[in-house]
Amino acid sequence: MSALIQDLGFSVIRMIDHFGKITVFAAQIGRAALTPPARVRLFVQEVFNLGVLSLVIICVSGLAVGMVLGLQGYNTLVRFGAEQSLGAVVGLSLIRELGPVLTALLATGRAGSATAAEIGTMVVTEQLDGLRMMSTDPIHYVVMPKALAMIFVMPMLSALFIVCGLGGGYFVGVTLMGLDGGTYMSSLQSAVDFDDDVVSSLLKALIFGLLVGLIATYRGYTCKPTSAGVSSATTSTVVIASVAILIFDYFITALWGV
Amino acid sequence: MLAAAEAATDEAHVRLRDVCMAFEDREVLRRLSCAFPRGKISVILGGSGSGKTTILRVIGGLVHPQSGAITVAGHEIQGLSETEMYTVRQKLGMMFQGGALLDSLTIFDNLAFPLREHTRLREAEIADEVHRQLAAVGLTDVDELLPGQLSGGMIKRAALARAIIRKPEILLVDEPFSGLDPVSVKRIEALLRRINRELQITMLVSSHHIPSTMRMADQVLLLLDGVPIAGRPHDLQKSPDPRVAGFLSEEADDSFDAAELVGRRSE
Repeated sequence: MSALIQDLGFSVIRMIDHFGKITVFAAQIGRAALTPPARVRLFVQEVFNLGVLSLVIICVSGLAVGMVLGLQGYNTLVRFGAEQSLGAVVGLSLIRELGPVLTALLATGRAGSATAAEIGTMVVTEQLDGLRMMSTDPIHYVVMPKALAMIFVMPMLSALFIVCGLGGGYFVGVTLMGLDGGTYMSSLQSAVDFDDDVVSSLLKALIFGLLVGLIATYRGYTCKPTSAGVSSATTSTVVIASVAILIFDYFITALWGV
Repeated sequence: MLAAAEAATDEAHVRLRDVCMAFEDREVLRRLSCAFPRGKISVILGGSGSGKTTILRVIGGLVHPQSGAITVAGHEIQGLSETEMYTVRQKLGMMFQGGALLDSLTIFDNLAFPLREHTRLREAEIADEVHRQLAAVGLTDVDELLPGQLSGGMIKRAALARAIIRKPEILLVDEPFSGLDPVSVKRIEALLRRINRELQITMLVSSHHIPSTMRMADQVLLLLDGVPIAGRPHDLQKSPDPRVAGFLSEEADDSFDAAELVGRRSE
């Protein structure tokens, strides 16, 4: 019993220690972002790597999720004779919840893990130490552009996911199930409020981008300088970021009402 | 004549006093005191895990010892923040064992990196300087290649060129001969000697390659079981200390065995 309490105590201390370190790390990124020179070229490169290279997976996933929502929604609504509300169901589900959350989970799997692996490999091959020896802060040169790019691209990827999802829902509801296109669109338009739903959804995605960017860069930056260390950093990035997204999603929804 | 590690210096450019360094439970440096003279080639010699690389990393401020004092080019670096260390590192260059070239940049961009970061040179001047350094280390037509497209010896030469491109006062060189064929070993050795002679750089080299060490070093710091023994190369070779003689002969035997084995396999 005492061993169990001891283990629990160690786990809590380790968690607090990690939390403190990640807070300091976030502050270092923030300071680096405000310190010249601005790494514009690296930032644009990272936007391409994290955002543009994720477009296909985001579009395909968004379309598939929208189609499933359209199908499930239609089959459920038709029982109550409310199939004309399909646009509202698909739209609100995607905009308020599924768009930002699924986009963040997909970005974690594709871009977050790649970021952690890339930085981890730089640790193993002493590239970050090489930068330090050239009097260049690795947080400024390597970490900050990646973290900021993740924050920047996440709302855009989420918006794209939502648009593709709405298209998928339209295709299933209107083209396959024979719902009137005007009904679908007017239901969507009347149910979705721009400020309460769309803007809040994008802010949610922004917070998820911050989480994924911070966790991925932190795990890569602090990984053990071995191949197993890189592997562990990559895996833990996906696991921790995914869990963090879902937990934060609950609290944002509960406290903010989005 | 052998002397205590700290006493064997003319004008110390780098000095360590009572430095203790441990990684978790493993003690690597135990109250190490030594000094490295200005403008000379000092080679830190020792077996695997003896702390050679750790000494270089302590001097570069990449790892922080648990206790002790370190003076680098007149700066007391223990307790300095990372930002303060960047100022000290302006006087340092380091060639890492694996090169540590940025793998996403071409060789040209790798060499240009420190100049673009810390000088106001125009691109044409940077290009001239990069090509001059590449030529100095015997590399041509590698501008557009990525580090992954070079051989081990070429990577080390490119890393050396990057380390000296800003004309540092002190050059830290980590295992420059590891993993190289005999021809490349001699080429790197000649390069290091020439750089030291022409630029008057204080050079600290970690190595376990005894023949090269004996040829190029002005001073050797031999680490045996955590105990530093400093001296000139020929003094070490004539040392009556059985530990020194044992280390030098064992390493020589290993070299002989390896050469013999290669010879047998090729027959």
